[in-house]
Amino acid sequence: MELPEKEFLAPGHRACAGCGATIGVRLALKMLGENTVAVSATGCLEVITTPYPETAWEIPWMHVAFENAAAVASGVESALKAQGKTDTNVVVFGGDGGTADIGLQALSGAMERGHNLIYICYDNEAYMNTGIQRSGATPYGASTTTSPHGKESFGEDKPKKNMPMIMAAHGVPYVATASISYPEDFMKKVKKAAEVDGPAYIHLQQPCTTGWGYSPAKTIDLGRLAVETGSWILYEIEEGEFKVTYRPIQRKMVSEYLNAQKRFKHLSDLEKEKIQSHVDAICVELKI
Amino acid sequence: MVLKVMSSNQAIAEAVKLAKPKVIPVYPITPQTTISEYLAKYVADGDINAEYIRVESEHSAISACLGASGTGVRVFTATSSQGLALMHEIIFAAAGLRAPIVMADANRALSAPLSIWNDQQDSISERDSGWMQIYAENGQEALDSVLMSYKVSENKEVLLPTMVCVDGFILTHTVDPVDVPDEEEVDKFLPDYNPEHAYLDPKRPMSIGTFTDPDYYMEARHDMEVAMEKAKAVISDVSQEFADTFGRKYDFIEKYRSEDADTILIAMGSICSTIKDVVDELREQGEKVGLVRVRVFRPFPVEEIYDAIKGASNVGVIDKNFSFSIGGVLHNNIKSMMDVNAAGFIVGLGGRDIKPSHIKEIVEKTNNPSDKPQWIGLNKEEQ
Amino acid sequence: MVAIGAAVKEPGSTRKNKTGSWRTFKPILDKETCIECENCVMFCPEGCIDKNYDIDYDYCKGCGICAEECPVKAIKMERE
Repeated sequence: MELPEKEFLAPGHRACAGCGATIGVRLALKMLGENTVAVSATGCLEVITTPYPETAWEIPWMHVAFENAAAVASGVESALKAQGKTDTNVVVFGGDGGTADIGLQALSGAMERGHNLIYICYDNEAYMNTGIQRSGATPYGASTTTSPHGKESFGEDKPKKNMPMIMAAHGVPYVATASISYPEDFMKKVKKAAEVDGPAYIHLQQPCTTGWGYSPAKTIDLGRLAVETGSWILYEIEEGEFKVTYRPIQRKMVSEYLNAQKRFKHLSDLEKEKIQSHVDAICVELKI
Repeated sequence: MVLKVMSSNQAIAEAVKLAKPKVIPVYPITPQTTISEYLAKYVADGDINAEYIRVESEHSAISACLGASGTGVRVFTATSSQGLALMHEIIFAAAGLRAPIVMADANRALSAPLSIWNDQQDSISERDSGWMQIYAENGQEALDSVLMSYKVSENKEVLLPTMVCVDGFILTHTVDPVDVPDEEEVDKFLPDYNPEHAYLDPKRPMSIGTFTDPDYYMEARHDMEVAMEKAKAVISDVSQEFADTFGRKYDFIEKYRSEDADTILIAMGSICSTIKDVVDELREQGEKVGLVRVRVFRPFPVEEIYDAIKGASNVGVIDKNFSFSIGGVLHNNIKSMMDVNAAGFIVGLGGRDIKPSHIKEIVEKTNNPSDKPQWIGLNKEEQ
Repeated sequence: MVAIGAAVKEPGSTRKNKTGSWRTFKPILDKETCIECENCVMFCPEGCIDKNYDIDYDYCKGCGICAEECPVKAIKMERE
């Protein structure tokens, strides 16, 4: 795949060195091109890209609040439609908190109503903008500031909420998972999402150097480990048809992924085995 | 002129049809619901060429309004009570982003206990949001106010949203004769919305809803206060233009037999029709009583109210809302902004009926004022 | 004077903020070794490596992803 040269997210933004979110946004916008309007939920991305009087965005962009990005985008899409501008892409970038927790209602409504928009959840698996608090997308065992490990706790004690399947249950024409570490797979999915008539949802895993606890240089490496260990599975659901889009040649041990991050450092071997067997069960079912 | 008999909710829907918004995100709630139904039907019949978004909540209704307004089109929504409270966060954002949204509020009490009936606590509680607020007395005024509000809100000197408030059930579900203006005349009065400050257009990329640090936030809020002040002149001009075109003149306040009055009552909304009847009755008995109806509550018309009441010996302010430990909000706004002794009265909460006898009681108590705001119409054992 | 609604009409204006000053390690790309695979271009969080494999040090924060992801180790991180 040819990588489009033009950048639609300017440098100078305030993201941490090694930020995974901006990589995801850059790649998505390269596929969507200049005839695109972006909407952001409150969160890291919004704060780092629009410190008034500056903006990193090279395309029209709007932010209103944390939980309503999908509703704002519904209004944008409807207004464009009312003006006959149906060739303009409307893309939403919401973090995992803004998507799986506080923004779930607005997102569900937008998906059910069939607005022609692309919703990309950039998932770093906790509330990173406010300093690493757990969200519904925080995985089992992760230590965050509101699910800390301690004498009585091994960290987050519930599995990650299955957002893409919740979206799939809405019957929208396109749902996919992706990772910034597999850019071709991700960009193909963005292209498909733009081409379908109706709502599309992409759940993009995006390692976070600050929240996960690893050296900034390792952002892509961590995303790759998630996929190569089967901890994050790349698939798409096109018109209801489920397809795994990437299969590791030889699945690595989950502990390799867990041990590379500070948020899992406290886990005992027993807990790591539990996570491994959970991953195994899913991967066996999907023949990964 | 052909008068048609309709409820205030239908009158508002007729105004929306004439204002031609491009996007209408709306969520039903008693007693606003028939507005959302009329508009759905108008869109279904092709009488309004707009995208009607069946949102899943009021929060999303106002959010979608803001997204659409940011895209540069005229929008409308309507709500009430709990719905307005759910919108609260985005109500402030809409004003801050300077989106000239016009929204109708069917005034209803806030829970708990749950009540579907009228008072004005819901919209009064949004008074500090940066929205202009109009309180209509009848269906005709509701219709006319929606049309004028778009013109004021979209004025480049203003760019603030407007809430047109109508008393739930008392206006929303009772019918009155209403003159529906001619479409061509409205088109001339209210041309298309073409914003220069907010548009999501890939040919001219801009970022709306940025993050400000302490170097900028205070100025942004101050600019809104300046715009609210400037709105006063714009409201006057628009009212005059409306009067010249349609023959109905609306001021910030309406003075009813108040010019030579010794006792003046001040109130907002439909209660003023009852007060006018009582004023007429008392005048026949030789009592010099008058009414000042506050129509525009934000921007707050300090000079207009003061000029109207400064000659009176006794002033009584009637509120269908209250702020704990302080009393009615209109009452307190008046006391804080002008040098008058005004007695305060709280009435009609949660749909409690306000009878002419209550108004007479208020006149009596205004003439013999006590220091504390008084609740009128409470059940006897509570007094 | 704040723009109405604090909107920003200058796209890409974060370019005024030279984030290169954040850097403690600097990526040095050896074009002789480079095989032009585009990994570094794709994975740069700042988007500051262009098609000619020139790194814009005005913005490079020195995260080191480019060096880490280079399959032929053509990029070395050197202390500033």
